[in-house]
Amino acid sequence: MASVSLQSVSKNFGTHAVIHAVDLQIEDGEFVVFVGPSGCGKSTLLRIVAGLVAPSNGVVAIGGEDVTEVPASRRGVAFVFQSYALYPHMSVARNIGFALETLGLAKDVVNQKVLAVARMLKVDHLMDRRPRELSGGQRQRVAIGRALVRQPEIFLFDEPLSNLDSDLRMEMRLEIARLHKDVKTTMIYVTHDQSEAMTLADRIVVLNQGRIEQVGTPRELYHAPDNRFVAGFIGSPRMNFMSVSSHMAADGPQIAGAGHLILALDASADETPVAEIGIRPENLRLVDQEEGRIRCILERVEDLGHEHFGYCRISDDTVWVIRLPQAPLPDRIGKPAGLDFPASAVFAFAADGRRILSAGLKDQAGEASLP
Amino acid sequence: MSAKLARRDHRAAWLFLLPVTAVILLVAVWPLARTFYFSFTNAYLDDPSAYSIVGFDNFIEVVTDHSWWIAVKNTLVFTVISVAIETVLGLAIALLLNSAIPGRGLARAAILVPWAIPVVVATKMWEWMLNDQFGVINKILSGLGLVDHGIAWTASSSLIMGVVIFVDVWMTTPFMVLLILAGLQLISPEIFEAAEVDGIPAWKRFWSITLPMLRPAIGVAVLFRVLDALRMFDLAYVLAASNENVMTVSIYARDRLISFQELGVGSAASTWVFLLVALVAIIIIGVLRLDRATGA
Repeated sequence: MASVSLQSVSKNFGTHAVIHAVDLQIEDGEFVVFVGPSGCGKSTLLRIVAGLVAPSNGVVAIGGEDVTEVPASRRGVAFVFQSYALYPHMSVARNIGFALETLGLAKDVVNQKVLAVARMLKVDHLMDRRPRELSGGQRQRVAIGRALVRQPEIFLFDEPLSNLDSDLRMEMRLEIARLHKDVKTTMIYVTHDQSEAMTLADRIVVLNQGRIEQVGTPRELYHAPDNRFVAGFIGSPRMNFMSVSSHMAADGPQIAGAGHLILALDASADETPVAEIGIRPENLRLVDQEEGRIRCILERVEDLGHEHFGYCRISDDTVWVIRLPQAPLPDRIGKPAGLDFPASAVFAFAADGRRILSAGLKDQAGEASLP
Repeated sequence: MSAKLARRDHRAAWLFLLPVTAVILLVAVWPLARTFYFSFTNAYLDDPSAYSIVGFDNFIEVVTDHSWWIAVKNTLVFTVISVAIETVLGLAIALLLNSAIPGRGLARAAILVPWAIPVVVATKMWEWMLNDQFGVINKILSGLGLVDHGIAWTASSSLIMGVVIFVDVWMTTPFMVLLILAGLQLISPEIFEAAEVDGIPAWKRFWSITLPMLRPAIGVAVLFRVLDALRMFDLAYVLAASNENVMTVSIYARDRLISFQELGVGSAASTWVFLLVALVAIIIIGVLRLDRATGA
């Protein structure tokens, strides 16, 4: 087991900068997930930790030791690839045990270790099969077994579940979480799927265009995003956004937006003008038009059985998603409606995307605040 | 699908196959059948219409001819040595070109040049370069002080097979490189990365991963080259005509057929060549299990 530390690590491919001076500290035994849209540099960053890609600048340290110049084979890491990267001409048993063959261990010791790992991952009945004779989930287990058998200091996963169908993805997600609980090894896991990140991670690193947007626990990222990018990336369905303008009214400063939205600000408001607001779908309430703080038309409802989503058109280019406690009556669809929300549910963002913590939104009298 | 639709589909398929079937019948099956037929006759080339059937006499005449066995030996020596060298060299160059070295695009294009030159031109070119008096090779060797008088590369009976093999290697290694490189590029780079992270040493990566995974590509390349080499004619003929030191089975058949005008015996020799090539092809496909490996 070991900690990982990245110190102003950057990577350029030719003139194209993929990673911009990333600093990151990962503690021993932690499960950290790198998440971000495709092309954000999360896989490259993982490969830099593995030693498969050399950083253009900066220092990579594992267990407090500078390993920037150390080859991948001597970093004590194991890597699980999205494509599984199993050796197609070898049996399952040999795939798992291949790395042990060069260590000079006795044959029966190798066999024992391989069998133990195979049992743990429930692939011990497949030992003589070739990878092409396995299902996607079984291949993934063998790939994890191949990593596990070497008892690495750090596990690196590069989108390991992306090639599986959704049922299997859920199942393997649980198994990876259980694996981490059992072996307590440091794990770094790359995914573009924010729900995978939320369910697996001790801490999430949100990456965008080669920069870290925010590092935090799933709760922190969800409830206290630093900026518009993180707010929009974490959570499903994603946060609703609306551009607003600030101006001075007779009774003090306020912000205004589409759907007759007017929010009063108190005197404690930050100097930075609010350019955009965001509200999560679960914090919106569908009400009659005159009761709502935003006027809209309920365009469409999706009934997923256990939950219901409404799509509310506020203006020509703004449609907000709202999570409904139950499916609304069909005669409300296509009719004007209102959206209500507590002021504490509003995230305010500056023009540069930064979140404004003390926007000074006034609560309306009698309004229930969020838990 | 209804039976009627299925029938219409079959008819369409046969219709599409018709032109190519006609072409194959015309340019492959017919000449082959004619050769096979003539090999049982005593026909002569000056008047192929006058002949009588002589059974297996021609086949027996060929295999009792001392020259035929010299030709077989030459052909096998040439095939084994040239294909072996081409395979090893081709694999080495392909591995080199597959790694991310600067300028590999140019190298990849440049390596094809020998293959693009017509055999006759390439052979004549090397013949001149290897000329004992005016050749550039001897000039360089004597300039370096390695020899004191020009070596008669293509005239010496002990050297000429070496020259034939050398020119063939020069000409056809690019073909090997191309096929093996194509095989290499089919292997996912993540497999090598996985082995790298797993701490597999480079030699073991090569023996246990690269080579086994390249087996189908190398097998196909070797098969093609062996079949080509077994019926090699042009290179040896341009360089040395019917010189016994490099006479291949194809040259032997050509001599019986054209020089001696023996249509019957020449056809029998051709048939033997055909059977030899077919036998070797079957053995290679069987040994390398190419039918299964490529289907994987």
